[in-house]
Amino acid sequence: MASLRGLVPDPTATPGVLQISLWRRLKDYLATAFAISTVVIVLAPLVAIFGYLVYRGIGSLNLAFLTQIPKPPGELGGGMANAIAGSALILAIASLIGVPLGIGAGIYLAEYGQNRFGDSVRFVSDVLNGVPSIVIGIVAYAIVVLRQKHFSALAGGVALAIMMVPTITRTTEEMLLLVPNVLREAAYGLGVSRWRTTLSIVLRTATSGIITGVMLAFARVAGETAPLLFTAFGNQYWNWKLDQPTAALPLQIFTYAISPYDDWHRQAWAGALVLIVLIVSAVAAVRYAVRRGTLGGVA
Amino acid sequence: MGVGIQVEHVNAWYGKSQALHDINLKIEANHATALIGPSGCGKSTFIRCLNRMHETTPDARVEGKVRIGDLDAYNGTSPTQLRRRIGMVFQKPNPFPTMSIYDNVAAGLKLNGYRDRKHLDEIVEGSLKSSALWDEVKDNIHKKSGASLSGGQQQRLCIARALAVAPEVLLMDEPCSALDPISTGKIEELIFELKAQYTIVIVTHNMQQAARVAEYTGFFLLGRMIEYDKTEKIFTNPSDKRTEDYITGRFG
Repeated sequence: MASLRGLVPDPTATPGVLQISLWRRLKDYLATAFAISTVVIVLAPLVAIFGYLVYRGIGSLNLAFLTQIPKPPGELGGGMANAIAGSALILAIASLIGVPLGIGAGIYLAEYGQNRFGDSVRFVSDVLNGVPSIVIGIVAYAIVVLRQKHFSALAGGVALAIMMVPTITRTTEEMLLLVPNVLREAAYGLGVSRWRTTLSIVLRTATSGIITGVMLAFARVAGETAPLLFTAFGNQYWNWKLDQPTAALPLQIFTYAISPYDDWHRQAWAGALVLIVLIVSAVAAVRYAVRRGTLGGVA
Repeated sequence: MGVGIQVEHVNAWYGKSQALHDINLKIEANHATALIGPSGCGKSTFIRCLNRMHETTPDARVEGKVRIGDLDAYNGTSPTQLRRRIGMVFQKPNPFPTMSIYDNVAAGLKLNGYRDRKHLDEIVEGSLKSSALWDEVKDNIHKKSGASLSGGQQQRLCIARALAVAPEVLLMDEPCSALDPISTGKIEELIFELKAQYTIVIVTHNMQQAARVAEYTGFFLLGRMIEYDKTEKIFTNPSDKRTEDYITGRFG
């Protein structure tokens, strides 16, 4: 294309034309500075919260805190071991109910839900995501607690499961839609049935994205207090029974924080620190396991 | 061994727009047949009707009769049954990204419930040899992911994957359009060797490629098959003016 020759400035003939001007370099510099400062602004609260929790909570954190149950009001010491265990129990129930339901609904929406029913499921799921957590607690109270006639770990788990479902559903759907259609066709072309393709090819390809969604939902509900107030209710003692009132870390923190005792206030700080550390390490452990599983372990 | 394909009065639609109009042709067993024509002429849609892939597109519809050997594709045969006898290679190499090379090749058998480890090993090795990839990958078929190979290698992996289910027909939808000339050359050599055992139908934009690999060529235009004959005849003495215009580069 010799005709283009004259149109494009020749850098050797006209020095300066293709040189980057001071103004352009300044704009480049400003844009970079802006991007960095937004990162700092976003991260600052996180670092500040964590730092303050460590500052206030680390002093009350000791072996007794992690291994003992609360002492009666007025006595010093004791710990939140039952609340840590209770949270683990309630979250396990919530995950057992919420994760399969959420992933199942997400699969439906992505693979079969291109119709009006699918649209209404999407709409309901987005609305459910915005329902205040206290309202979800009331629902769990109505459908579980009233029937069982008492507060229970199960009721707490159901409340948190309801909160997990919409997040997991929508992220699963989005992750499955990201799987290129050519992979589905490749499997169909081999005579693989549709359900098998969905399970073994589509779901497997989207695994790490779906896990991220599950962990997001898990981390969100792990710190929830409101839905547990009248479902799990709290308990000053150990409990491993699904149908009994159960302690949970956020509840215990709430109870201690509004109490009149200084020692309980200190323990509430320590509880908040433990809660954050546990959530972060649970998320990190799952991500690590998934990364190893998908990169190294080709079954 | 390959089987012949008989197509009678095939019409296909995407929603309301008709993509194929009354296609009739007989594809010879153990030969390569090339389908050429400008973009959007329906040649890809046509081969997707042969293994009932067309109907996986939302709102898509097919009418007409397709016989693969003694099998009536649209009558009394399930799509999965049919597709086990017809391998397909796509335009863009599409190995399963989460699977090793070995699992990619074994996928068709494993996902259909075949578990005999020793036999699988043999099939995987045989298929990779047939697709001329074995020597390049044999040392780490379990360790390397299918997606870590080069584009040309990935396409040969996809061919191996299709061959592993022992099909009688191999459909190739522009298998070289994303590849460089050297990889293209390798795939073409491969098509030559595979003809002995499979019936091959290849869609291509590259007329030289059609002339090199195929004994028969069909020319498609605007959803109709304009001409279908021996490749030599199509390229040296076409009976239809539109075919001549296309192969001489007057349009398309």
